[in-house]
Amino acid sequence: MNSNYLIDYTSHLADNALILGHRNSEWCGHGPVLEQDIAITNLALDLIGQARNFYQYAAHLINESSQGKKQASEDTLAYLRDRHEFKNCLLAEQPNGDWAKTILRQFLLSVYQYLLYEKLQESKDRQLAAIAEKSLKEVTYHLRWSSEWIIRLGDGTEESHQRMLNAIDELWQYTSELFEPALYEQRAAEEGLGIDPSSLKLKWEEKVKEVFIEATLRYPDEISVRKGGKNGDHTEHLSNILADLQFMQRAYPNSEW
Amino acid sequence: MTKDQVNKESVYKLLEEVFDPEVPVLNVIDLGIVRDVVLHNEDEIEVVITPTYSGCPAMDVIAMNIRFTLATIGFKNVKITQILSPAWTTDWMSEAGKQKLKDFGIAPPTPKQQVCNEKLFAEEVIQCPHCNSWHTHRVSEFGSTACKALYVCDNCREPFDYFKCH
Repeated sequence: MNSNYLIDYTSHLADNALILGHRNSEWCGHGPVLEQDIAITNLALDLIGQARNFYQYAAHLINESSQGKKQASEDTLAYLRDRHEFKNCLLAEQPNGDWAKTILRQFLLSVYQYLLYEKLQESKDRQLAAIAEKSLKEVTYHLRWSSEWIIRLGDGTEESHQRMLNAIDELWQYTSELFEPALYEQRAAEEGLGIDPSSLKLKWEEKVKEVFIEATLRYPDEISVRKGGKNGDHTEHLSNILADLQFMQRAYPNSEW
Repeated sequence: MTKDQVNKESVYKLLEEVFDPEVPVLNVIDLGIVRDVVLHNEDEIEVVITPTYSGCPAMDVIAMNIRFTLATIGFKNVKITQILSPAWTTDWMSEAGKQKLKDFGIAPPTPKQQVCNEKLFAEEVIQCPHCNSWHTHRVSEFGSTACKALYVCDNCREPFDYFKCH
């Protein structure tokens, strides 16, 4: 029972990566230009790879703590859990909208993941530290790519600027949740295994401001409207994602490629 | 070679026959993804590999091909262990591997100190693998696989892949 918080924490990190990766994968074949279609699907691939590493570890912890009574795997965790069991932040599950909204969602979460993994590399849990070290290299590219797009759109044409403003209007309400620790994050941080997300807030704001200034976008005031994702209380959008993501395994249990 | 004559070096040598399915001129030794080979007993061998990228779909195929290759000298019990730390870096790619990449038309990775960081609009100076000109520019940070970026040469006008630093 003691390690439940670590299972929840690891699942939370996995869910963030999987759900954001799945959203990005929806762009496959629909990107604005071929090169960027390839770029966003490469990001999806990285994120789903990171999710697999976290899920494999979560499954290992679950099986160990149940002393063989449970048979979890990366697949059962991704395909067979219900919506209330997912612990991703609400921001990750928000629909793609237009390119500006997708880019903003990616940017806000890339800054977050970059700062988080940078610290998580020092975790006392060696596997979490290893996954963080590996993921950080990939997220560095995501951060650079998405930052450059924020600037290109924000400081671009009247229309692209307006679309960035719309995206900020829609997504900003989900940002404060990132930094409010769930109980399992608190426990994991206390034990030196995880990171207290509130400790990332100042640096996150600094980085986002730096890019927004370059992009001629005003940094919005803090609004805290929507939260709950970390504890399984999701927006309706996650149900739509899961209907798509889990359909095959639900309809044809245990089917394989 | 048969199983009886096997030692660590000969296994490494044999693994040079296992190629990356997505960059078919590079073997797993060139890539630097084989981190260790452990001969547990005469029937059991363990190969420790590390992924290039977390989501690289080539890893499953590579693991399978390592099994096949070791089966040809009689190892039925091959354990493939994946480790994530220390994280793979293009610094581990062999010089021979870099030359093979260039001959194949892919610009090899530059030493990582250039722009493996989050600084914006930093562009690496990449040499065109076709005409050797340094007058090139980036088209996209991400290419046909996770490990490559798209460039174009301003001299010979040929597009090319760059195996990006990591």
